[in-house]
Amino acid sequence: MKPAPFRYARPKNLADAVEILASADHDVKILAGGQSLVPMLNLRLVRPAVLIDLNGVPGLDHITPGADGGLSIGALTRHAALADSAPVIERAPLVAEAARHIGHPAIRHRGTLGGSLAHADPAAELPAALVALGAELVLHGPRGARTIQAPEFFRGLMTTALPPDEILIEIRVPPQGPGWGFAEVVRRAGDFALAGVVALVGRPPGSSERCDSARLVGFGVGDRPVRFAAAEEILTGQGGDPGAAVARAASAAAEACDPPDDVHASAEYRRHLAAVLTEEAVRQALTRLDGARPA
Amino acid sequence: MIAPAERLSIRLTVNGRVIEREIAARRSLADFLREDLGLTGTHVGCEHGVCGACTVLVDGESARSCLLFAVQLDGATVTTIEGLTPPEGLSPIQQAFCAAHAMQCGFCTPGMIVATTELLRTNPAPSPGEIREALGGNLCMCTGYVNIVRAVAQAAAALRGGAGESS
Repeated sequence: MKPAPFRYARPKNLADAVEILASADHDVKILAGGQSLVPMLNLRLVRPAVLIDLNGVPGLDHITPGADGGLSIGALTRHAALADSAPVIERAPLVAEAARHIGHPAIRHRGTLGGSLAHADPAAELPAALVALGAELVLHGPRGARTIQAPEFFRGLMTTALPPDEILIEIRVPPQGPGWGFAEVVRRAGDFALAGVVALVGRPPGSSERCDSARLVGFGVGDRPVRFAAAEEILTGQGGDPGAAVARAASAAAEACDPPDDVHASAEYRRHLAAVLTEEAVRQALTRLDGARPA
Repeated sequence: MIAPAERLSIRLTVNGRVIEREIAARRSLADFLREDLGLTGTHVGCEHGVCGACTVLVDGESARSCLLFAVQLDGATVTTIEGLTPPEGLSPIQQAFCAAHAMQCGFCTPGMIVATTELLRTNPAPSPGEIREALGGNLCMCTGYVNIVRAVAQAAAALRGGAGESS
């Protein structure tokens, strides 16, 4: 057997899950889809005394459209469900697109939204998409439920603001505008990205001028989802040629990166990709704002 | 509250048979199938979710059996390559893999056939690109991908009632 011995519990409701979590003295891992955690268990990179399987808790895999045009999504929602869900495709197409880029069919059937966020791999697609969208995460623990903004949730390499006695149960996604783009470079379809960029831009209706809002987030280019604030300001700033602004924003995005330098790609190459992919994601977003489909 | 336990009893359906066992929590579904049930058609390659050799169907959907613990499968329905093989002879997908010589050492073949079963159930006429994408999570270490893609296209044609494509 590959993993070190552990004790396992499959609580039937959230209150029990929280109670077991508290009683396990912090030497515990939450099992959702297991597509990142179980490899780490099998490689003995983690050796928790207790594994709490959330899959027996009902009501954690809902996709609920909100009155504001947004969505609330249960943390146990599988990537395959996100990618195929009509409300997600309609209201948060960036999330559906990000989910489509994760792994392979067998992985998307099991892997979950909450698991991806709590695992916080800096090269993962969904954390970047939810930071760009300004999503709100609902954490549940012994003191009840509370919320945290997605950008505050990610604290570093595979490190989040989730305390050991709380469970991520829901993700609230605000309404998404029509100007969105998603671009990544992978060695093979389904791999973690060498680098990727998501873009959300807005422009007054009927205008072909400057954007009045821009949100650009890179993944695989730092220790967490990286917001390209200077690039956003260039896109929304006044003066100059709007076309040239995209190229300048791409350069600014590359400067904001502190990418890893490893066997998969050099830091310099990832920085180069950040610029190219920023331009690509922004152009997709502008094309969609014009009512067309990106090539 | 349910106390966490190191050994648990499970009851699940494997290839149509109801199975009840008490097992260690850390027993993977792959090891459970192979070691406890003797279903050695499910192959164990990387044991950390990369190679796809251990792919089975859980409640009808493909999953990597090395990334599931058998205790998670209490109440579930599991189908392995043995369950996809008719009592006599071979299924149309298996026949196509033989006809197209879509195997060299054969180690990846059970996982490939499980993934193909799922693909053709949802997409009866996949393009070569769609076949490659659907089987992207299954590695053939002999690199015999060209014939595997041909076999899937031939199996799709056979299942659609065509005479088979020679591509």
